[in-house]
Amino acid sequence: MIQKKCVAMLLAGGAGKRLGILTRDMAKPAVPFGGKYRIIDFTLSNCTNSGIYAAGVLTQYQPLILNSHIGTGIPWDLDRKNGGVSILPPYVQQGEKGKWYEGTANAIFQNIYFIERYNPEYVLVISGDHIYKMDYSLMLEYHEEKGADATIAVIEVPWGEANRFGIMNTGEDGSIIEFEEKPSKPKNNLASMGVYIFTWPVLKKYLYKDNDNPKSSSDFGKDIIPLMLKENSRLYAYPFRGYWKDVGTIESLWEANMDLLSDQPELDLYDRNWRIYSVNPNRPPHFMGPSAHVHHSMVNEGCMILGTIHHSVLFTGVYVGEGSEIKDSIIMSNVKIGSNVKIERAIIGEGAVIEDHCQIASDAKNPEIILLKGEITIPENSIVKSTIVSLRDLQVNREEQSLA
Amino acid sequence: MKNVMGIINVSRRDELLKDLTSLRCIASVPFGGRYRLIDFVLSGMVNSGIYNVGVFTLNKYRSLMDHLGFGKEWDLNRKRDGLFILPPPIHYPFGYYRGDLQNFFSHIDYFHRSTQEYVIITGSNIVCNINFNEAFQAHQESGADITVLYKEIAEQEEKNFEQCRRIVTGDDGQVLDMEDKPGRLKSNKVLMEMFIMKKSLFIEIIENSNKMEYSNLIRDGLIQNVNRLNIFGFHYAGYLGIINSVKNFYKHSMDLLKREVWQELFYKPGLIYTKVKDEPPTKYLEQARVTNSLISNGCLIEGRVENSILSRGVKVHRGACITNSIVMQRNEIGKNARIENTILDKEALVSEGKELIGTPGQPLLMGKKSIT
Repeated sequence: MIQKKCVAMLLAGGAGKRLGILTRDMAKPAVPFGGKYRIIDFTLSNCTNSGIYAAGVLTQYQPLILNSHIGTGIPWDLDRKNGGVSILPPYVQQGEKGKWYEGTANAIFQNIYFIERYNPEYVLVISGDHIYKMDYSLMLEYHEEKGADATIAVIEVPWGEANRFGIMNTGEDGSIIEFEEKPSKPKNNLASMGVYIFTWPVLKKYLYKDNDNPKSSSDFGKDIIPLMLKENSRLYAYPFRGYWKDVGTIESLWEANMDLLSDQPELDLYDRNWRIYSVNPNRPPHFMGPSAHVHHSMVNEGCMILGTIHHSVLFTGVYVGEGSEIKDSIIMSNVKIGSNVKIERAIIGEGAVIEDHCQIASDAKNPEIILLKGEITIPENSIVKSTIVSLRDLQVNREEQSLA
Repeated sequence: MKNVMGIINVSRRDELLKDLTSLRCIASVPFGGRYRLIDFVLSGMVNSGIYNVGVFTLNKYRSLMDHLGFGKEWDLNRKRDGLFILPPPIHYPFGYYRGDLQNFFSHIDYFHRSTQEYVIITGSNIVCNINFNEAFQAHQESGADITVLYKEIAEQEEKNFEQCRRIVTGDDGQVLDMEDKPGRLKSNKVLMEMFIMKKSLFIEIIENSNKMEYSNLIRDGLIQNVNRLNIFGFHYAGYLGIINSVKNFYKHSMDLLKREVWQELFYKPGLIYTKVKDEPPTKYLEQARVTNSLISNGCLIEGRVENSILSRGVKVHRGACITNSIVMQRNEIGKNARIENTILDKEALVSEGKELIGTPGQPLLMGKKSIT
């Protein structure tokens, strides 16, 4: 292997439990986003747009959809003779039993051999479940300039929310003095974005150290960074300005989709110099029927729209029948919506079928976002007021209504 | 279909589509929002299981080569067989080039090298969604030397097929007559310029015609052999457009706005593949009002669009109004501009308040990168 200056390691093994049924059959990075993407497309595209052409994707939880999505990396130009994208699942080592990745740092530790093949100077560690556009090459320049052992990208968050993040307390030169995970009284509002650049020999040393400590949870934020700070390594915070969102919950996923619909969204998907790449499903231009009325929305290829769409995101191949109204919702690929259906504040999973005259909207009293499992059929005239995971839920839903 | 190779014949000099073909060959004329004309037959071949496709070009093929690349989008980037783009080995000076058979002859090695026993030859300007398996099966069962595909058209469609050759077939399907110039035969059977034959026969036709200084595949290869060879017709029942004038380009484009045509042509029996542009989904802003239209990805729409087709990456500013028009890639339509019955080629800019108005029978055609 020819030496690579920097290798990217994408942590994509998370179960994303707070995303409920969306992550029942797929890892969080594979969750669909923004009308045509999956969450991991953002970090993979960032890598290729930043000129980092060697990447390892660490998978563990429900990897099938993620694996088939990434394939050999063609959509991101990451199919390369030297480098490219490699999927790195946990594996069995000789003489040992199978070993799962037991933490973010442990996942990297188990793939030291993969990194060493490229003999890199630096390693970029990122998680495959954030939505943002970032030029890692600028961060790498900063890292080199500072002569840092580790650089952590930080973003200013509102002071009121700082207690939800890992907060970096920095000196004037940007060096990190202190790291506090979810501090109750934050001294700063610079939150870690979960984007790290390490000088590889230093990181390697700490990975071994961490591995020797049986008490460690082998997590970058909880173990590696605090240990490096304690031992006076050179840690710097790299300030990032722009859109960054952790889409870890149903609400934040919904919000991030809605963020795209404003007139001048902070996250510009239309920038030709920083494309977000994804697998292309090869569908025709979408068809707007004579009675269609669509505004404040994003619509992907292959859709056929005969109804009204307001402030919503439609993925590939969605059919919306006449007289139907969709508002503040996310409709994933190949959903069929009949006529005179009303949907409000909902996320409809891939391939769901909603027959005529259904109403899907939560109570005004209880305005949660309704999540509808994919590949489910909601029969005619149904009224859905809460999240549906199986058809049995629908019956329960009905009984409640008849009782009321 | 492992035993069949596909030939797409772009070896024609005619510039049928005026400004649309002033800088490109007909095969790479944009059609249907995100496609180029060649995508339809090429995807049909791939969906039929043909994995050796030769594209014979003559001139102005830069955009075609750019579009096809090495065939990745059609699954034709193969170690064995795959996609072959075959431009002429020399630049034929005007008058020297006699016709497509000459171009086939100059690449005769390609045919000898290919292992397939049969060949399907098609034009590049045919809009259809076809699976060749049925026609190929019919070819083998009938024992024909050559099978030609045709379509029976209804009377009201006559106008769209004015420039197309007609054939006459007998009850058993045998082709009895085939015209060279349109107009001679009173028949509703339109020749699709798709032929199936044994490769050995095709090579024979090419080599013979070269000796005799014949030049044109249909005229000298087929029509002259109508009585000598066993030529059968195979009826294709799906949607068909043969694009050979600006007028019928416009008409067939507008056909896509019929729901049943959209559903058939782009989905059945297979999908149509094209070069991927990685455009984001199209965004409709507050003032957008879009009805009865075909909209590709990457557009930003603030104005009105009605009965129109928008290619990828078109910007329609506030107050602009587009009706009965075809707007190709990366056009920008300024505020309050009005566009009616117009074909706007790629990357044009229509400034604020500008009006471009054609008539349904005579659509206005604006060239590539024009600024108005």
